[in-house]
Amino acid sequence: MCGIAGLFNLDGAVVVPESLRAMIRMLAHRGPDDTGFHIDNGVGLAHARLSIIDLAGGQQPMCNEDSTLWITFNGEIFNYVELREELISKGHRFATRSDTEVILHLYEEKGEDCVENLNGQWAFAIWDNQRRRLFLSRDRLGVRPLFYTQAKNTFVFGSEIKAIFACAGTSREIDFNGLDEVFTYWCTIPPTTLFRNIHELPPGHSMTVDAAGAVVRQYWDCQFEGTSKVVDPSQEQARADELLELLIDATQVRLRSDVPVGAYLSGGLDSAFTTALVQKFTNVRLRTFSVAFDDPEFDESFFQREAVRFLDTDHEEIRCSKNQIGEVFPEVIWHSEKPVLRTAPAPMYLLSRLVRNSGYKVVVTGEGSDEVLGGYDIFKETKIRRFWESQPDSQVRPILLRRLYPYLQNIQNQPDAYRKAFFHINVDCQQQPCFSHIPRWQLTAKLKTFFSDATRAEIAVDSGFSKVRDRLPQRYSSWDSFCQAQYLEAKYLLPGYILSSQGDRMAMAHSVEGRFPFLDHRVVEFASRLPVSLKMKVLNEKYLLKRCAAGLIPLSVANRQKQPYRAPEACSFLQPAAHDYMQELLSPEQIRRDGVFDGPAVAMLLEKFRKGAAIGIKDNMGLVGIVSTQLLLHQFINHFEGRMTSYAA
Amino acid sequence: MPLNDELRRFVTENFMFGKVGNGFADGDSFLERGIIDSTGVMELVAFLEEQYGIKLHDEDLIPDNLDSINGLARFVESRLQPN
Repeated sequence: MCGIAGLFNLDGAVVVPESLRAMIRMLAHRGPDDTGFHIDNGVGLAHARLSIIDLAGGQQPMCNEDSTLWITFNGEIFNYVELREELISKGHRFATRSDTEVILHLYEEKGEDCVENLNGQWAFAIWDNQRRRLFLSRDRLGVRPLFYTQAKNTFVFGSEIKAIFACAGTSREIDFNGLDEVFTYWCTIPPTTLFRNIHELPPGHSMTVDAAGAVVRQYWDCQFEGTSKVVDPSQEQARADELLELLIDATQVRLRSDVPVGAYLSGGLDSAFTTALVQKFTNVRLRTFSVAFDDPEFDESFFQREAVRFLDTDHEEIRCSKNQIGEVFPEVIWHSEKPVLRTAPAPMYLLSRLVRNSGYKVVVTGEGSDEVLGGYDIFKETKIRRFWESQPDSQVRPILLRRLYPYLQNIQNQPDAYRKAFFHINVDCQQQPCFSHIPRWQLTAKLKTFFSDATRAEIAVDSGFSKVRDRLPQRYSSWDSFCQAQYLEAKYLLPGYILSSQGDRMAMAHSVEGRFPFLDHRVVEFASRLPVSLKMKVLNEKYLLKRCAAGLIPLSVANRQKQPYRAPEACSFLQPAAHDYMQELLSPEQIRRDGVFDGPAVAMLLEKFRKGAAIGIKDNMGLVGIVSTQLLLHQFINHFEGRMTSYAA
Repeated sequence: MPLNDELRRFVTENFMFGKVGNGFADGDSFLERGIIDSTGVMELVAFLEEQYGIKLHDEDLIPDNLDSINGLARFVESRLQPN
């Protein structure tokens, strides 16, 4: 795992080495072990290395035998051993044992289609000197990040936006449409980012850049084609065996590493299961890591200890307080490079620091299971809403929604009439293609109350959630509504928040690489074809996975009520560690100077928190969103040079 | 301060954060106007209980009582009147 950056002067102008050096310096946290450059013919590639495979021979940028191709690569190709053998049998000669070189030879063999043969998590750029063409690609699910911009005749790319900003001549301005997306969908919709003219290459896409221009092409998309037909119980075990076999292989190939691999244990089913697979089907003695919270509302340490005892791992935990969340939040936003509406990335930032301080660079986690195998509450909610809608006057059906969110007090106590309005139990909503997500998005969009008039004026109209609706795949409308909900989660929130703000960016802040067996594309494709009833049987989530996990994980973990990962929210900003930046960045003067939010509205929200009267999800998301946006403006727009100087030092 | 004004002030400050746009009438439905959603109901209940010293029971939590300034005022007045 590493950081990559580069630039391409389309007119062939000489690349200034200092520009390239400044860019890669900003990614030092992603790759502290080594730095490499290749400059030639109007192109510059840079690489910050975190050595994991072929420690001695894997330096980058790397070239092929005749130096006609150069690559800078961030990620892992897990099937590189098999691909290497296949390529050798076709006459390719390898100089290293690295997975990086496999990509180069595969590109020689298959050109831009090479990505279809890769099993892994990647963002890379290949400079094809003979064609004077840059080829960039990003993995199917969006595990690894890749951003780019084009200013006049120069194309610039990097693993993180801060590297692009370090390139001389790049402007830094907020893209209000990106802000609008976060305050609706919880994430940006690629290629939009929070910054004007900075684009994100979407997951499952590649692009080429040459003198004729840039062409972006999709090579893969999630296709959730599962039907609602009921499976004969006698066939269930066969499907569970198939899934287990796939997951064992997906885990085994993710242990290919020349450094020790650890694992996160959240206390839930998914991470307990991946840890169990490592313990049972490999010879690795595993070190596990977890976050515990001082606040019992969020703490899962009882289940973490149960899993540790059962799986017999060497375990370390970090205890996380509200004050610590407040303390590290500015760094969280520096790394996430976009506003967030939850503080949940902050404990992940603290966790990766623990991992790194324990001498580990790689962790296996259970991420992706909820999206792929049907674990999220929003999928249950969708089923219940459909069920309720078929008899809207039923007094009994809505009771199911109360059972769904036992941890959300407001939902528990609200009258049915309000619950009905909140969950959009009405005829209009039934026909909406994004039916499952409308309650969430409409609630979130209300946070735009805090935008200033000037901000509102900058935002393009997005009526009826058109930014997502207009990009749905052709066959989407024929899918079961459960599958449609899965698609929306896997396509947008997974890469745009879970794998980035909470995943890659928090782990790489401390040079830690995450690996995700549930996001092996073979597992995703298998799961996407499963009948819905095997993902959620009535309201029993991840039904098939639970069958796979039987006997492998403690019963207490397997049978527990699902609890989504949450952390103490906006109250973290009222703690002493956040005092100084809250005073500075949320002062009426600063809010007015930055101009993104409405000063009096922000003041009223803060007052509500100070009085202890802010109890709702919306107020919490509002303050987290405002604080994170103000931190983003402070660090990336107003004071970026200061951060650049600290990296140079 | 008259009861209607006091209720209006609470609603505009706590749910609309002072941004009243074109305003709203005392008879307008909070739900239909998107002023208070379901997550705001509990805040409203907490305010009524604290501010007016009344206790709301489950059967009180209906839109007739809670979904407009007029509804709220009517409900509070009925509770404040001595039996």
